[in-house]
Amino acid sequence: MSQLDSVTKPKSQRSKRFLEGRSAKLVENVKNAMIMKGGNTSDTVTQALKDLYALKKPCAVLYKKKNITRPFEDSTSLEFFSKKTDCSLFLFGSHNKKRPNNLIFGRLFDSHVLDMIELGIEKYSGLKDFKNSKCPEGTKPMLVLAGEAFDTDNDLRRLKSLFIDFFRGPTVPAVRLAGLEHVLHITALDDKIYLRSYRSLLKKSGCRTPRIELEEIGPSFDFVVRRVHLASDDLYKTAHRQPKSLKPKKKKNISHDAMGTKFGRLHMQKQDLTKLQTRKMKGLRKRRGPPLAAAEETEPKAAKTDA
Amino acid sequence: MASSVEDVLAKAEQDEAEKLKSITVVKGLDLEFDIGNLLAHDKNQVDVREFRGQKKEEFLRALARDNTQLLVNEIWKLPTERVDEAIVVKLPTPSTRLPREKPAPKPRPPTKWEEFAKLKGIQKKKNRGNLVWDEVAKEWKRRFGYKRVKDNTKEWLIEVPVTADPMEDQFQKRNVAKKERVAKNELNRLRNIARSQKIKVPGVGLTPTSEPSKTDLVRACDVAKVSTASHGKFQDRLPKEKPQRNMGKKRKFQPLIGDFSSERQKQLDILKVIDGKRPRIDVNKAVNKQMREDDREEAAARFKGKGKRGRSDSKGGRGGRGGKGRGGKPGGEAEHI
Repeated sequence: MSQLDSVTKPKSQRSKRFLEGRSAKLVENVKNAMIMKGGNTSDTVTQALKDLYALKKPCAVLYKKKNITRPFEDSTSLEFFSKKTDCSLFLFGSHNKKRPNNLIFGRLFDSHVLDMIELGIEKYSGLKDFKNSKCPEGTKPMLVLAGEAFDTDNDLRRLKSLFIDFFRGPTVPAVRLAGLEHVLHITALDDKIYLRSYRSLLKKSGCRTPRIELEEIGPSFDFVVRRVHLASDDLYKTAHRQPKSLKPKKKKNISHDAMGTKFGRLHMQKQDLTKLQTRKMKGLRKRRGPPLAAAEETEPKAAKTDA
Repeated sequence: MASSVEDVLAKAEQDEAEKLKSITVVKGLDLEFDIGNLLAHDKNQVDVREFRGQKKEEFLRALARDNTQLLVNEIWKLPTERVDEAIVVKLPTPSTRLPREKPAPKPRPPTKWEEFAKLKGIQKKKNRGNLVWDEVAKEWKRRFGYKRVKDNTKEWLIEVPVTADPMEDQFQKRNVAKKERVAKNELNRLRNIARSQKIKVPGVGLTPTSEPSKTDLVRACDVAKVSTASHGKFQDRLPKEKPQRNMGKKRKFQPLIGDFSSERQKQLDILKVIDGKRPRIDVNKAVNKQMREDDREEAAARFKGKGKRGRSDSKGGRGGRGGKGRGGKPGGEAEHI
């Protein structure tokens, strides 16, 4: 497809802009997510997909119809859809006897599946189950992960990266302090993963930093990890490769030691010792030459004209 | 007096501590922050017993509150700015490395013209601007493209050259010439793309020319001859026709003087092969050969079992011989290794 894309010229400026928007870039677009359901879904899964769509909203596409595919067996149709809607994250929900209330979180690199992790919903309460005011759409959430399993377990480490990728939203240079409302708390505990979503209330604490109180707004999930498909280390590494121009430039002659102390290396020119001032003496003082005398001559002339 | 001052100081300190108390959280391990992503990771071990004993939701909410408080403390430390009545905090660049969506764009390889221009030192004219003043129309016009300045296909009067055929339509001639130039440019564009992606493309063959020269005609003849289903293998030659020239593969030689290191390496490689006495083996090829051989033998055996003596015998015999000769070789070679 990419081969053909470069051969066929876009016929209008509009289509050219469209293709440019989708092409590979140095600084990439926000990752979009496509949220779809499989051949059979339970009410829980449908609601869960809708709620997660509500969380992701400006950067997500919700597929309304069924898509009878099984991502773990054949991911070609997913790859096709990702190309079609330019999404590199997906969330797939399904429900069957063997794996009831199933959600598959996954991401793609270069429109091929990089990794996907299947999570079974054990307990779920949706956005509607909490009767309170919600966060506005498109709020960048504060992500908090808890539990040492996210650091020790190999699958969960990948899941952590996937969750961050999925929920972090757009990267922004600045954020409004009063807009920090939404907190997503993901806990790995007891072989389960608890995803909770809270609204943070900033209370007065007497100092500059406010005191935080949380109010649950939903959706909340209790997940168990089921099947896992991880990218090979090689592919994972390629996906993380940064273009050279984006890498920070190495600063010369500056180093840090283990304690974080900054060291600088200076290159000095050889000092001219003949010009070194040793001791101030009247006899050694430089004589002021004729230019000063000339200046003295000019001054009175100017005074004359003035007068 | 002194005691009262101390009291006041102590009280102030206590107040301060109490104020901070509401926003301080004590944790065994410090959290890991990535403020660019508004992200915190709490690596502390969660007490499972406490979790099971307490109400689950309450426990999780308490944990979330503490962690969020720590994250907020960290965010509030950053420098703030005032933008349109809102207090905005500047975020650092995210530090968590996440996979890219698409691989980084590669620089476009130079076109044939760009290569040539570089070789000859031809430089692009700098910033000429898109618009040019048209003296005739008293108007700014584009340098190229639609409604361009000096558009020779849009002239209302053309002088017929003395040498030209008076009946020839000069307007049409210019239009055709322009169209051909555009087509040629498009073709070159496609060829540049093909070259950049290392796809083999056939040569242009013959381009239409107004007055074909002898070489053009010879070339046309050669092309016509080769343009059959069997690539001209069965085409008869005319009695006095010379064999085609410059139609086959061109031999290319290494330069006589220049890259000594690669030459040396080549010679050494040859020597290594001669000296090693170890038969070089393409494992894939050998395995494939073996598998094919096995299949054939199996098929032959099946055929034999069915009946039809005469044919099956001959086939089986051939297969068997082949099997010994070919199948044995890779195995033997493998043993060497």
